[in-house]
Amino acid sequence: MSALIGLRGVSRMLGGEIPTTLVADIDLEIESGKFTAIVGPSGSGKSSLMYLLGLLDVPTAGEVTIAGRATRNLDEDARAELRLAHLGFVFQFHFLLPEFSARDNVMLPMRALGRFSDAENRRRADALLDRLGLSPHAGKRPDQLSGGQRQRVAVARALANEPAVLLADEPTGNLDSASSGQVISLLKDVAAAEGRAVVVVTHDQGIAAGADRIVTLIDGRIAADQARAAG
Amino acid sequence: MNLVFDIALTHIRFRLRQTVVGLLGVATGVGFSVMMAALMEGSQRDFIRQLVDSLPHVSVTDERRAPPVQPAEDVYAAVTFHGLSTDQGRKGIVNPLATVAALESWVPGALAPSVQTKAVARFGGRDTTASVIGIEPRREIHVSQLARQMTHGDLDALFKAPNAVILGDTLARKIGVRTGNSIILATAEGRAFLAQVVGLFHSGVRQIDENQIYTLARTAQVLSGRTALVNEIRVRVDDAMTARDVAARIERQTGYKSVSWQEAHEDILSAFKIRNAIMFMVVGAILLVASFGTFNIISTITHEKARDIAILKSLGLKERSVRSIFVIEAAAIGLLGCLVGFLLGYGLCLGMGLIEFKTGFTDAKRLPIHYSALHYLLAGAVALASSLVAGFFPARRAARVHPVEIIRGAS
Ligand SMILES: Nc1ncnc2c1ncn2[C@@H]1O[C@H](COP(=O)(O)OP(=O)(O)OP(=O)(O)O)[C@@H](O)[C@H]1O
Ligand SMILES: [Mg+2]
Repeated sequence: MSALIGLRGVSRMLGGEIPTTLVADIDLEIESGKFTAIVGPSGSGKSSLMYLLGLLDVPTAGEVTIAGRATRNLDEDARAELRLAHLGFVFQFHFLLPEFSARDNVMLPMRALGRFSDAENRRRADALLDRLGLSPHAGKRPDQLSGGQRQRVAVARALANEPAVLLADEPTGNLDSASSGQVISLLKDVAAAEGRAVVVVTHDQGIAAGADRIVTLIDGRIAADQARAAG
Repeated sequence: MNLVFDIALTHIRFRLRQTVVGLLGVATGVGFSVMMAALMEGSQRDFIRQLVDSLPHVSVTDERRAPPVQPAEDVYAAVTFHGLSTDQGRKGIVNPLATVAALESWVPGALAPSVQTKAVARFGGRDTTASVIGIEPRREIHVSQLARQMTHGDLDALFKAPNAVILGDTLARKIGVRTGNSIILATAEGRAFLAQVVGLFHSGVRQIDENQIYTLARTAQVLSGRTALVNEIRVRVDDAMTARDVAARIERQTGYKSVSWQEAHEDILSAFKIRNAIMFMVVGAILLVASFGTFNIISTITHEKARDIAILKSLGLKERSVRSIFVIEAAAIGLLGCLVGFLLGYGLCLGMGLIEFKTGFTDAKRLPIHYSALHYLLAGAVALASSLVAGFFPARRAARVHPVEIIRGAS
């Protein structure tokens, strides 16, 4: 099976007065149906790696392929299109639009993609919110939701266009353990039941322990890449 | 609704106060621009109308454009002559009746021959120089507003007394004369006679009201010492704006200097051009200032919305779409500002139209306001365009932001 996202010899340097290496010599393949955890000490380059996987950032060396296609020569608009159709993001901060209801936030990527009518988008958004236990809150704005609810809305938004890959950077960083558990089981379900690739950057040993695969970064390099014994 | 529009309108709906402030900035600019244009064009038109009404549209005089050929030049083929006295006497229009008849055959309007001369008007101990115009009242009514400008007596009164005269009201006041009084008219050549004041007129143009005396043509001819003299034919054309062309054609046909009102007042007309240029600069500056407000608001919103912009871009909105959000906001502020500005401008025009004012040259009157859709269109177009430009730059900068920079900062 070919990888959804492949990184080959990827490095990302920052120029400037003191050149910084964010990540170096990364070889990584992300496969569908797997829940992958990226762990490592603070400053080891986890977020940087995630931006590269998500086509938000461009490597200074190496190649990022998506479904086997090279992305080196794509311009910003083309990469935006790929993100919109195939990738979903969840960050530590929810990044919901404050003036929009939960439902409208979830509909946002759908409307941007324009694959379905507004009515259909609305139905699909409501179905997603329902699945995440947010039906009673569909009409509320972010400031009327709890932290955990907001983050689940953000997950719903990331899933809006049924992405092949869901990338989450410390999605539970701001949550209590109960909310955190809810979000993580949701992400696992997305990988297992829907066959999407889920990549989660986390500090939480418990979350990492439950992953199908754990990638450990140290100083911008992959120090370990362990698959959990298939069970 | 289109997503980009939806986000844009949401932004301005949730920032009502900022939006209203920006909108009022544009509205004030548009409103005052409209008012100023209406006032400027109103006063210009009013002035020109008065000018056109109070003066002949075309004045044909017994002068020539080129200096007359001097008798000596007929005899000697030399380049210049020194020490010769020139033949300067104004002979009057040769065969005036035939000339008038020839012009009447084609000129679209009315003609009236007149006799112009200078005299001193004296009454009691006071005197003043005046320009005496000898007219034929029956023709005069077709070329000038004199009949309508009479405040005492009428034009026909000129026939009812020997040496009857009609005076400008300011002139009459200056020498303290009333209708029924007799004044002395004296010329520089020493001719003098008694003339009876049978009427007064008021044109509204001070220079005319304090200088002009009308009398019958033959009275003026006696005063000038030249019987049958006609030194001016005044023409009132049906369409005042064609005066220039008519004047040119008359001049070609008769050889006499024919001056249209436009030519006679070229200086005023070019002053109006300068005035209009100044007005356009001021109006432009007002609208520019208004667009600074829009710039400020859009800049503020893009700063406040940095996180939203970052997530929209990382989700996959293109730079162009993000830019459009803020350009639409600027356009909405500009558009609403225009509409409110139109109402404001119209209101200001109505208000200004009620104010009475006085200038030194004309009578007290209402401010002349000219209503024209063009003023609204122009002010609106400039305001909208400058709003768009003012919105475009912050929008472009915001849309170019790299989402990773903001996401890193926020996490
Ligand atoms: N714009 C930047 N300029 C300079 N150095 C940077 C910049 N962005 C990131 N870095 C550095 O790059 C390294 C990797 O950063 P990154 O955010 O990827 O780490 P991380 O593993 O996600 O850390 P954390 O667990 O704290 O989120 C860090 O040492 C960081 O200081
Ligand atoms: Mg990080």
